[in-house]
Amino acid sequence: MAASVRLLLRLSHRNINVAAAGGSARPGCCWGPTGPSSCRCFSDATGDRSTHFGFETVPETEKAKRVYKVFENVAQKYDVMNDAMSLGIHRVWKDMLLRAMHPQPGVRLLDVAGGTGDIAFRFLEYVQSQQERQKRRAARSTQTPSWQDISTNYSTEDEDGPQESKAVVCDINKEMLKVGKQKADSMGISAAGLSWVVGDAEELPFDDDQFDIYTIAFGIRNVTHIDQALQEALRVLKPGGRFMCLEFSKVTNPVLARLYDTYSFQMIPVLGEVIAGDWKSYQYLVESIRKFPDQEEFKGMIEDAGFYCVHYHNLTGGVVALHSGFKL
Amino acid sequence: MSLCAVKGFQWLRQRQCVLFSKVCVHQLHSSPGFTDSCYDGLYPGHIHTTPIQKALLAVGSGVAALQNPYRHDMVAVLGETTGHLALINLRDRMKNDPEGYTILTERPRIRLSTLDLSKMASLPDGSFGREYLRFLEDNHVTPDSRADVKFVDNEELAYVMQRYREVHDLLHTLLGMPTNMLGEVAVKWFEAAQTGLPMCALGAVLGPLRLNSSRLQSLFTSLGPWALQNGRRSRCILSIFYERRWEQNLEDLRQELNIEPPPVILSAANKRST
Repeated sequence: MAASVRLLLRLSHRNINVAAAGGSARPGCCWGPTGPSSCRCFSDATGDRSTHFGFETVPETEKAKRVYKVFENVAQKYDVMNDAMSLGIHRVWKDMLLRAMHPQPGVRLLDVAGGTGDIAFRFLEYVQSQQERQKRRAARSTQTPSWQDISTNYSTEDEDGPQESKAVVCDINKEMLKVGKQKADSMGISAAGLSWVVGDAEELPFDDDQFDIYTIAFGIRNVTHIDQALQEALRVLKPGGRFMCLEFSKVTNPVLARLYDTYSFQMIPVLGEVIAGDWKSYQYLVESIRKFPDQEEFKGMIEDAGFYCVHYHNLTGGVVALHSGFKL
Repeated sequence: MSLCAVKGFQWLRQRQCVLFSKVCVHQLHSSPGFTDSCYDGLYPGHIHTTPIQKALLAVGSGVAALQNPYRHDMVAVLGETTGHLALINLRDRMKNDPEGYTILTERPRIRLSTLDLSKMASLPDGSFGREYLRFLEDNHVTPDSRADVKFVDNEELAYVMQRYREVHDLLHTLLGMPTNMLGEVAVKWFEAAQTGLPMCALGAVLGPLRLNSSRLQSLFTSLGPWALQNGRRSRCILSIFYERRWEQNLEDLRQELNIEPPPVILSAANKRST
């Protein structure tokens, strides 16, 4: 009941936002080709919907294309830019995601918008170290085993290979997947437990109830219909499966927020221009962060999709939030 | 005129809003400054930048260009962010020259699409057009490789910057310098003396660091002084309507511009690594 009321409120809130955006964008109508597209806000009723692309208003059909273009351009320098922009802290965030996930050997992971593979690589490493820890524990517990026991242990060990844990990296952008594959090759990660799949988060190319864990790290704000992506996540997870999302969110502390905004808008596009030769993509990035719903609102969206026990943790003062929910 | 005023006002408002973005998210949503469309901003490709951003860009692009001199986009950004005063000076010089004034009003662009290559190839040897074509062929360059101007916040100055970039190759022809390191440094010395752009001055100072000793000697004894002297005394090279002078004899053009022929003949074949 409360969920449906909240849904109603959210829908009306979203309409007001879109209408307000359409209204205030009208002065821009007169000059430039963005004019007609922002005016189209008002034809909501006719099905010609528009959404935000950073601070710009674009038709929904166009957003996916524009986002694709952005990531196609930045794919080669994506990791370098991440390190430069976050001063390496993004690695800490991703490590904390893995720590919260605490995957055990035998678990199947789907990493959506996983592009360059950061989460999948960490997952495989974590699971491998868990496996080794288990083996060591098993070895310690068996005191002076008989030759019979040793030989049976050897035969079972081969079956319990790392093949059990599988990570599937799914991304809509082929360039990002290409970079991820190259990284995997250069890091020497065995292709055994890793798959690379092209797919749209709003329409995943997988059957129902397939995965134990679904992660999406810094990708969901680029999706045109976030609620559809959440519903797809629910569909492909097994019952008992966990949904985890790392995403930029609202900073709670006002002083930190001012600093963060100044840094974002002054520094990051400059870094994009100097390192990647692409100002506009990184301008889009900082703007898209501001357009994404805050922690509580996103938590509500996850609950509306049908997840239970939804929690979030703020990292780095709210710069990043880790949301988690379960399919029951 | 009012259009510019409104746009200028919008841009000012955007600047303020950026620093208080939390409050102004909805207002920012309406301002067209930070969009992908090439019509927003003062000219196609223009990106609005605050003074802080320009300073950061200048430093960052300088470092990037030093680390990797083949990053022409970084050299271009450095030129745009540091060249404001020099561009104003150049624009005023162009305005005071009748031919320069014509260029500022007609805004010609040097592109492969605007050049009639077959006609230029049929011109007699020694003519400016023929020699320019020979230069393009010998050095395997094309006039289309110049980056667009992005960070200059004045439409006319942006054109002056673009003109300067496009005239660079023509300058090579006028000075008789190939595109190897020594030739480029010589042209940079000329440009630094002519235009006063900080980026040229920086290139002029740091370029020689990559030359071997024999070329350095050639630079400091003959090429360098020649380039500097001619840079100072020559007519403003941006004020020449080159597109209408293809048939003119190269020597005549040099005399008209007050440029002496080079003291050392460098050929493009001298493209050994320095």
